Order: sequence, then structure tokens, then C-alpha cells
Amino acid sequence: MTSTLDPTDAAARAAAPLAAAETAEAPRVVPPRRRTTRSRIARVVLYVVLAGCAVVFTYPFVWLVSASFKPRSDVFDNLLIPKNFTFENYLTIWQEAPIGVWLINSAIVTILAAVTVTASSAMVAWGFAYFRFRGRGALFALVIGTMMLPGAVTMIPTFLIWNGLGATGTLTPLWAQNLFGSAFYIFLLRQFFLGLPRELFEAARIDGANNWRIFTRVALPLCRPALAVTLLFELQASWTDLMRPLIYLRDSDTFTVPRGLKSLLDQFGFGGEYHWEIIVTASVITTVPMIILFFIGQKQFVDGIATTGTKG
Amino acid sequence: MSTVVSAAQLSARRRLSNRRETVAALLFISPWILGFLIFTVWPVIYSGYLSFTDYDVINDPNFVGLENYVTMFEDPRIALSLTNTLIYTILSVPAHIIVALALAMLLLRAARASGFFRTVFFLPKMTPAVAVGVLFLLLFNGQDGLINKMLRAIGLPAPYWTTDPFWVKPGLVLISLWAMGSSIVILLAALKNVPVELYESARIDGANLWQQTTRITVPMISSTIFFLVIINTIAGFQMFTEAYTAFFGSGNTTYSNDAALFFVIYLFQQGFEFLNMGYASAMAWLLFLVITIFTVVQFVVSRRLVYYEGDQR
Repeated sequence: MTSTLDPTDAAARAAAPLAAAETAEAPRVVPPRRRTTRSRIARVVLYVVLAGCAVVFTYPFVWLVSASFKPRSDVFDNLLIPKNFTFENYLTIWQEAPIGVWLINSAIVTILAAVTVTASSAMVAWGFAYFRFRGRGALFALVIGTMMLPGAVTMIPTFLIWNGLGATGTLTPLWAQNLFGSAFYIFLLRQFFLGLPRELFEAARIDGANNWRIFTRVALPLCRPALAVTLLFELQASWTDLMRPLIYLRDSDTFTVPRGLKSLLDQFGFGGEYHWEIIVTASVITTVPMIILFFIGQKQFVDGIATTGTKG
Repeated sequence: MSTVVSAAQLSARRRLSNRRETVAALLFISPWILGFLIFTVWPVIYSGYLSFTDYDVINDPNFVGLENYVTMFEDPRIALSLTNTLIYTILSVPAHIIVALALAMLLLRAARASGFFRTVFFLPKMTPAVAVGVLFLLLFNGQDGLINKMLRAIGLPAPYWTTDPFWVKPGLVLISLWAMGSSIVILLAALKNVPVELYESARIDGANLWQQTTRITVPMISSTIFFLVIINTIAGFQMFTEAYTAFFGSGNTTYSNDAALFFVIYLFQQGFEFLNMGYASAMAWLLFLVITIFTVVQFVVSRRLVYYEGDQR
């Protein structure tokens, strides 16, 4: 096991054929024509496999959307096109639950969370990226270090803080912590700021711009792609969060959409009334905004994730 | 003489500008410092204190010494939830990485269409975890679920994924594989950085696909794989939403399943449903300890296995 992963071993193996090729011209074993047909077959197989995977990955969505247009008795028939197409579930759910209020609550929380975390994290990231001061490395290590702390450790005292402030039962605890930046985004944005040419900022300084102006007028506009990634990531994280709404919200009128979906599942699912068509429809309503978000910011999502992996 | 003066002036000016720069930097960083003190430092200290108390939010914390920690050893649900969490993590991390790597390698070969398929593979990651929990109940339903209907159709055994204690965790691992788009994207980015020449020379040498994968691909992207192992392990230990959605909550208590009682779920129940905040705090520290041990072990092991480019380690 160790030997397969040993880098020197791999390098030696990679270098060996090069040396061999120098001493003796290796005759081509496979005639060029057969090779192309073979690779063409390989391509077809590749695309068939990929298409198969694509079906597996998209099927649950299609299943869910399709089931939301079926009457109660047909939910589990697994047909892609509903036998008895109905729009009724969407009307019923509107009567059964304050879906409109949940959507508004979720929108408020999500937008506030994303905007505040982007603004604050950008500020902090700029502080770490542009200025040179003693202890910068240690302080930044501390920022990164907080990411290793499991949320469970701070969960209870954080609840006590909001409870002490009388904010439980309101939407505030779901986003207000974002005013103080978030380690992951600070890391991401700092990385981006460090990639910008320093001369630009020195030029602005010579032109008489102060620190705040350099940040808002020069650095931030250049940083737009990274800001977009931060905004989109947090929109998703905040919209999909269930744990915090479970901790902080009690009344149905204050619920976010995922919390609402959970309460519908408790009411209509197992141990409840077995109205799966309601739950399926609520799931679609919870998911669709994220799908829209993805198609708006597809590139940012994929590029942002790829950067995380290569720089982390 | 004059040069000495100007040097002294210069260093004085530099010191002044240094101080100014430090002040400016701290102003920019101040939101984080404030948040760190309020939402990290104080909670960590207070959580440590609470773990030695009995606290129900209504009455003042009552100091009980090590009682919570002793109770944890005797509480069968601690052992149960810890075992459940370990099994889930040990199943899900390798499954995640092997499947994601296989798909990323396919994507790498797809050339022009790779962007399209990458989008399709990433999309499920956008599904809210609550909805994933719901989908698990529906698609993996023992009787009517799509998965079992397909399994029966091809003559395979169809386990009761949502009720049979043995199959609950494998089922949750399977549904979590559906939403592993980010791992695929990260691995694909890493694969693109592997020099093509390595494969060309290996091919001339007669290496087959399996040899190329194990001898070139995996070693060359080992740092990324390691990153994903760490991230997915930490996430696995904190598994909550999907399982909580599917098996716990106010209405479906008749349906709750001990096989899905993960550590954070039990912690949440103790803290916020039974209001045993002292006990829950002690549990949080136990979780922190377990995660730290796992991470340290992974780092130690990785030193032998991971290859960092341009680094002689």
C-alpha cells in the first residue's frame, strides 16, 4: 500500500520509459487504423456510461417534480409522466401551511446572511491581504484554526447569548453572526486579494486615496468574481440550513422553508397522516430556488469549489 | 554625518508608518476579532464550564464536577450514537472518494462534453439536506420505493432501507453519494493538473488503465484526496440534517430509529429537547476530542502517503 503511493517510486516509474525510448526506438505494435476504431468504441462506451450516470443524478429531481403533480394515490407509482396530472397539491399546500410566510422568512434570512457575510469577510480578508503587521501570520492561523472547531462546541453558549438578548423566536440568530465574517470566506477572499498586483494599490495611494477608498474603489471592484462566489455559497448555505431554525424558531409563522418542510413531514409523513403528496410538493418548493440559483451562478459555484480544493 | 541622520529619520518614519499600517489593518480585521471573542472564545470557555454543571436554562447552572463525563460512560445511547457515527463515517468517506474519483476520471476523458456532465453531477449538491432526507424516505422506502422496485425487477434482494437497523446507514451513505458534486469538481480540477507526459510514458511502457490509476493518478493527486478525506470525515462525524429529517422530530417519534441516532442528533436532543445543557456541552467536548484524534491520526498517516509537488518530504 505504501509503495503504490510513494512519490519517488511513481517518479521513477514515470521516468523509466523515457530512458528506454532513448536507447531503442520502440516499434509501434498497434497499427494506426485499428487504434482509431478502438478509441472510437472507447468513446462510445465512455459517453454511454456518463449518460447513465447523468440519468442517475437527475432522476431524483425528475421523480420529485413529477410526483408533486400526482394525486395522493399515485405518488409511489414511479411514473415519470403523471397518469392523472393535477395541480391540486400546490393549492392544498397553500391552504395547509403558511408557505408564503416561510418563503418570505427564508428570503429575508438568506439575503441578509449572504450580504453581511460577504461584506464583513471581504473587509477582514483585505486587512490580512494588504497590510503588513507583526503577528499577521499567527492571527490568520487563528482564523483558519476556528474552522477546525466543531459547531457543536459553541452551539449551546451561542444559543444562550441569543436567548439572553431575547432574540430566540426571531430570525436574527439565523444571520446576525455573519456581521463578523466567516473563516472560510475570509480565507477564500484573502487568497483572491493576494493574487491582485500590488502596484495598482500603490498607484491609488500615490494619487491620494486613503485606505478605505483603496479597499472600496480599487480592491473590491477587482474582486467581483470572488465576491460572487462568497455570496452564492452563503445564499445556498443559509437557505438550506435546518439546524439553526430548529434551535431558534418555535412558531410556525417564523419558520424558514426547510424548517417548514420538516414540520410538514412530522405532520403528514410517517407517524402522521401519510399525505406524501404534500411533502413531495413542499420539497419541490424548498429545492427549486436552489436550482434557479445554480443556473444563475453555475460558473461561480463550480470554479469556487474547484479553487477550494486546490488551495485548501 | 548627514547620512546617519537621514537613516535615523527614515527608520522613525518607517516606524510611524508601520504603526499606522497596524492600526489600519486591525480596523479592517476588527469585525472578525469581535466575532471571534463573542462567538468563539466566550462560547468555548462557557461550554467548558457548562460541561461540569447541571443546567436547564431556567435555573442557574449547578456545579456537579465530573458527573456529566462519568454519566457519558454509563449512558448506552452515547455508545450507540458514537458507534453509529463511526460506522457511517467509515462507510461514507471511502465510498465518497472512490465514486467521486471514478466519475472525475470519466469527466476528464469526456473532453468537450465534460462541462455539461460536470454541471449535471454537481446539481444534486444544491438540494437542501431536508429534501435529501425526504427523498431518502421516499426513494428508499422498503415497500414502494423506486430503489427496491428496481432491485426486485432485476431479482436482487430488496432490504428495508428505512426500517431495518442493518440497512439504515448504508442507505444514508447511498443517498449522500447523490450529493457529492463538490468532491467530483475538486478531484477533476486536481486531475487536470497531472502532467499528461506521465501517462504517455507509462502507456509506452505498457501500463494498463488500472496501473496508470494506482501508480500515477492517485499518487499525483494524493494531497487533494487527503484534503477530501479530512473534510468528509469531519462532515461525517457531524452528520445531522438528513438523518434527523428522516427519523426524528416531533411527529414521527413512532418512526424514530436507533440505527440513525447519530452523535450530533443525540447531542441536539439532550441540549434542546431535554434541556440537559450541561450534559450536551460535555458531549460536545467528547465529539471535539474524537474528531481531533481522527484528524491527527490522518495527518500522521498522510505524511507517509501524500505527495506534495515541489516539496521534499
